[in-house]
Amino acid sequence: MTNPAIAAHGLRKSYGDKTVLDGVDLTVPEGTIFSLLGPNGAGKTTAVKILSTLVSPGPGSGPIRVGGHDLATDAQAIRATIGVTGQFSAVDGLITGEENMLLMADLHHLPRPDGRRVAAELLERFDLVEAAKKPASTYSGGMKRRLDIAMTLVGGPRIIFLDEPTTGLDPRSRHTMWGIIRELVTGGVTVFLTTQYLDEADQLADRIAVLNGGQIAAEGSAAELKRLVPGGHVRLRFTDPDVYRSAATALGEAARDDEALSLQVPSDGGQRDLRALLDRLDAAAVEADELTVHTPDLDDVFFALTGSAVPTQTKTDRTDRTTQPEETVR
Amino acid sequence: MSALALAVRDSNTMLRRNLLHARRYPSLTLNLLLTPVMLLLLFVYVFGDVMSAGIGGGGADRADYIAYILPGILLMTIGSTVIGTAVSVSTDMSEGIVARFRTMAIHRGSVLVGHVVGSVLQCAMSAVLVGAVGLAIGFRSTDATALEWLAAFGLVVLFASALTWVAVGMGLVSPNAEAASNNAMPMILLPLLSSAFIPVETMPGWFRPIAEYQPFTPAIETLRGLLLGTGIGHNGWLALAWCLGLAALGYFWSTATFDRDPR
Repeated sequence: MTNPAIAAHGLRKSYGDKTVLDGVDLTVPEGTIFSLLGPNGAGKTTAVKILSTLVSPGPGSGPIRVGGHDLATDAQAIRATIGVTGQFSAVDGLITGEENMLLMADLHHLPRPDGRRVAAELLERFDLVEAAKKPASTYSGGMKRRLDIAMTLVGGPRIIFLDEPTTGLDPRSRHTMWGIIRELVTGGVTVFLTTQYLDEADQLADRIAVLNGGQIAAEGSAAELKRLVPGGHVRLRFTDPDVYRSAATALGEAARDDEALSLQVPSDGGQRDLRALLDRLDAAAVEADELTVHTPDLDDVFFALTGSAVPTQTKTDRTDRTTQPEETVR
Repeated sequence: MSALALAVRDSNTMLRRNLLHARRYPSLTLNLLLTPVMLLLLFVYVFGDVMSAGIGGGGADRADYIAYILPGILLMTIGSTVIGTAVSVSTDMSEGIVARFRTMAIHRGSVLVGHVVGSVLQCAMSAVLVGAVGLAIGFRSTDATALEWLAAFGLVVLFASALTWVAVGMGLVSPNAEAASNNAMPMILLPLLSSAFIPVETMPGWFRPIAEYQPFTPAIETLRGLLLGTGIGHNGWLALAWCLGLAALGYFWSTATFDRDPR
């Protein structure tokens, strides 16, 4: 733990007059999962591209060390240490999955028999044996991503960069991918993960840095970040205006929306908190027609961290969108 | 492993990848062969009588005309094949796999070398195929020795290497396959403006210097000299200079472009 796997200071990059990264500091201890969280265009991919030696850091960047090697002077040594799975699948679609794996084995200079063995093992582990003889272009999104990661693992990298590994995957494939990523670190590998989903970072990462507008807006564990966010609440909806009024009286601190007949009560969404709320409703003898638990999501984190005021109305609109991670109890 | 051994090994791996592509998807290569073969048949069987009468100074002789145009057609085949190279390089660069290669501890140039060697092999094969069509319709060399045949083959390979490096550069700067195909168009248009189909002396005076000194004409005249025993003169040196010059230009252009940060 003495040497961090990744240490970057003052990472800068501009394309033309558009500043993508504006002085980003990152430190990732060995054997941990670090997640860079941010919306589209925040600079996540650019950070990965720089740290993985794909593009050069912008002028004015501080020292960058990956795997103990200096990026400026020893990029080739870094390349020998890392594995990269980009946002857009880095598989050769014209050849088969197996040929892709053997290509990687050859490029890592493994002896032929070792290469065949490693390829076969990884194809097995990533459930690609059946598809191994088919051209990779015929694979589904999830299969391509699995092949992509399998290819990344051929050389036994100590540090793995995963740039939005689950974007565009269906829920089942996403969970498979999460399992794969968790497995990686058990072997002491360091994972640098970018994502635009808070729940993904929440599930996987030891530490999360929120990237916004080319700068780190906050850094910490998932719990620490969520504490920064005031977005957690329970929403109660009523159909009977009388019931609505008595509920509003009983729950004095609730934010009222008289037109929609709904109340928003601040809450962390935990079991204890919910029970207390239900007890209060029971005590007032009112029954909500719908109860929605809204947990803080990436949007909330961003609005909180970037300090932009969110009009209540906008917030309510957003809450109504079905894309929110909400659980509805009827 | 020494740097050179590493370079050779990685280039060899990349070459195998490109040959696998070519073998699995031969339609691109075969399509590119259509143009030179069609032109060969068109000029011999449709325009042949008029053309040979015009060139030979009366007395139509189709066999003579086949002999006259085949060297040009062979080099046009190369021009046509390297359009495919530009397209496949451009396509390749837009794929994530090349980004992956860039983040691996491999010899950096091997990606390009793999393309170049693959393309030159394809050019040689295409030239042999088109040459076989020529032989089938009646091409015969004029007492060319084995050494002259060998030299002719060497010229084809050298010319292919030169055009390939330029085509690789064109592929690298093209944002997509269509643009690459357009950018590489001169490779198949230039032979039409050379001595491939008619002697330069029959062209209008103002156009002659252009036709005479562009890369294709000296190479065609040299190939003609080797296979048909016509005078080569200064064309041999010109062809050699063009080949080396274009190869060097294409090489430095391509490697400089590839070393830049990817778009």
